[in-house]
Amino acid sequence: MLRFILRRIIVIIPMLFFIVSLTWVLVRLAPGNFYTGEKKLAPAIENNLREKYGLNKPWHVQYRKVLWNMARFDLGNSLKYEGQSVNQILRRTLPVSAALGVTAYLIALIFGITMGTLAALKQNSWLDYASMTVAMLGISVPNFVLGPLLVLAFSLTLYWFPPALWNGFPSKSIVLPALTLSAIYIAYIARLTRAGMLEVLRSDYIRTARAKGLTERQIVMRHALRGGLLPVVSFSGPALAFLITGTVVVERVFALPGLGNYFINACFNRDEPLILGIVAFIAITVLVFNLLVDISYAFIDPRIRY
Amino acid sequence: MADIEPPDNRPLVEPEIHVGPEYAVAESDVAELVTGEVFAGSSLWRDAWRRLLRNKLAVFGMLVVLVLAIASVIGPAIIARATGLTYDSIPKDAALLKSFAPFRAADGKFSWAHPMGTDNAGRDILARVLSGGQISLMVALIATLVSLVIGISYGAIAGYLGGRVDDLMMRIVDVLYSLPYVILIIVLLALLPAKTPTAQLAELFFALGAVSWLTMARIVRGQIISLKNQDFVLAARATGVPTLRIIFRHLVPNALGPVIVYATLTIPSVMLSEAFLSFLGLGVRPPRVSWGSLAAEGAQNLAIYPWQLIFPGLTMALMLFSLNFVGDGLRDALDPQTRKE
Repeated sequence: MLRFILRRIIVIIPMLFFIVSLTWVLVRLAPGNFYTGEKKLAPAIENNLREKYGLNKPWHVQYRKVLWNMARFDLGNSLKYEGQSVNQILRRTLPVSAALGVTAYLIALIFGITMGTLAALKQNSWLDYASMTVAMLGISVPNFVLGPLLVLAFSLTLYWFPPALWNGFPSKSIVLPALTLSAIYIAYIARLTRAGMLEVLRSDYIRTARAKGLTERQIVMRHALRGGLLPVVSFSGPALAFLITGTVVVERVFALPGLGNYFINACFNRDEPLILGIVAFIAITVLVFNLLVDISYAFIDPRIRY
Repeated sequence: MADIEPPDNRPLVEPEIHVGPEYAVAESDVAELVTGEVFAGSSLWRDAWRRLLRNKLAVFGMLVVLVLAIASVIGPAIIARATGLTYDSIPKDAALLKSFAPFRAADGKFSWAHPMGTDNAGRDILARVLSGGQISLMVALIATLVSLVIGISYGAIAGYLGGRVDDLMMRIVDVLYSLPYVILIIVLLALLPAKTPTAQLAELFFALGAVSWLTMARIVRGQIISLKNQDFVLAARATGVPTLRIIFRHLVPNALGPVIVYATLTIPSVMLSEAFLSFLGLGVRPPRVSWGSLAAEGAQNLAIYPWQLIFPGLTMALMLFSLNFVGDGLRDALDPQTRKE
């Protein structure tokens, strides 16, 4: 087990290196530069800028500097948001995205597991069909359509929630974004739970539990859910990657000051340090999370050994 | 020696044994292996088709997909012939340069001219939604095709060669799996925007196809591994068929069931990715429209002109909904073991 974890941690480092290098190459391949705008700069100013940001040095010197700084967690200064370091921007925007993502995933877990379990227990009943149709709708309605529709209904017609505002974490302003983001996870989790539960409920150890005379509630809560939720756990790894792309859109729809919104702006502005910093940060998060999911298998399913 | 060489006029004793690469697959044998039982006049595909038709939701999905696809393909031309409106035709009259509600004319009375209303520049939304459907469908189909080609080749080669090559190739897939590739696509499309809208489309096909082949490669590899030790492969190898020909002529056609199922489920997911990128302003660019870019436009005018979002958004949702039902139905039909009871 320990060796497995160590090996996986060691693999993360070259992957991170690969991702950062690929992004750096893409940024550098792009024609133009962050200072190229509508107006042509005077050659003297351009030279000064190139001097200041070290762009006149050979590429391998610049590349080494980027890697070396990143290894020390010094992500440099943003080129567009002047006077702010990338670390500061990350510190400011991350809590917004994290609050949004975690809230959405919790909502999805609660609704998804409940819907999926009920559908599996009452298989082929109207409850089953209704929750599976709702789940299919959740998969099919894109979040950038759902979000504005929710705004139209709850902000612009009923005036319950603000349409685009960020008041910090426990506030009314998170309700609509989190609901929008959670829709697709509710759907996936409900479908996975249903499939997992259907399989587990027919297995031998559930029959044993029944034979021991346990109540239905104990069977479901203590025995079936543990096995039936394995697919949901393995979904949590890719779900994080989805969540990150989801927050990009939802933050855009609701104009939230989160990581995703800044990332898109950074890409359009060619803000190289900010792009590299956010990509590296997201990559680390995804890689570490995938590792945690793999480790957690061993605790949930005693049959799995590494 | 005389009794080993048959005389020329002697009839073949076993006419069903053919030699030569063309006949190395005995199709009836393979069908028997796959289905386990062979009914007279009933093939794997016909059985699957029958099961699919029994699934009401899948049939509903197929009908909706068919109707939307046909409407997108021929609709814009019909509208252009009937009313002269295309997705990009802006009215000459300055009084018409604004967004009309569905079925409303300039004087506020009922009119058939714009069943979905018009956008801010007075362009007909119905024509735009149908033209957008063309682009969305095309992107989804071509990107899925790209992912099919890459995924099948990669998975089949890894599965057939096995051993260390297989280990290495699948380890690469594992590594790519854990990349936050949407983030990389955003970087790619934002930093290297193509010069023309057509080139931008090509970039989209490439980017979306290049990241959605991973699961396909895994599925194909699994299928090939389970098939490659069967007799028809041995027969092909014994008769000197080249390796690549064995893989693509003899093995891949027998692995098509799961591939088709997964490809049908790839179409909606690619369509969604395209819409997501277009919504962010990275995908299809004006003057071209897609469902994603229409939804992005509509979302900006949501408070005053909700129909600009509602029609493209709901059309796309209906398409995705139906495609997902078709994909689920196909999976149940072609793979009865995993069928939900």
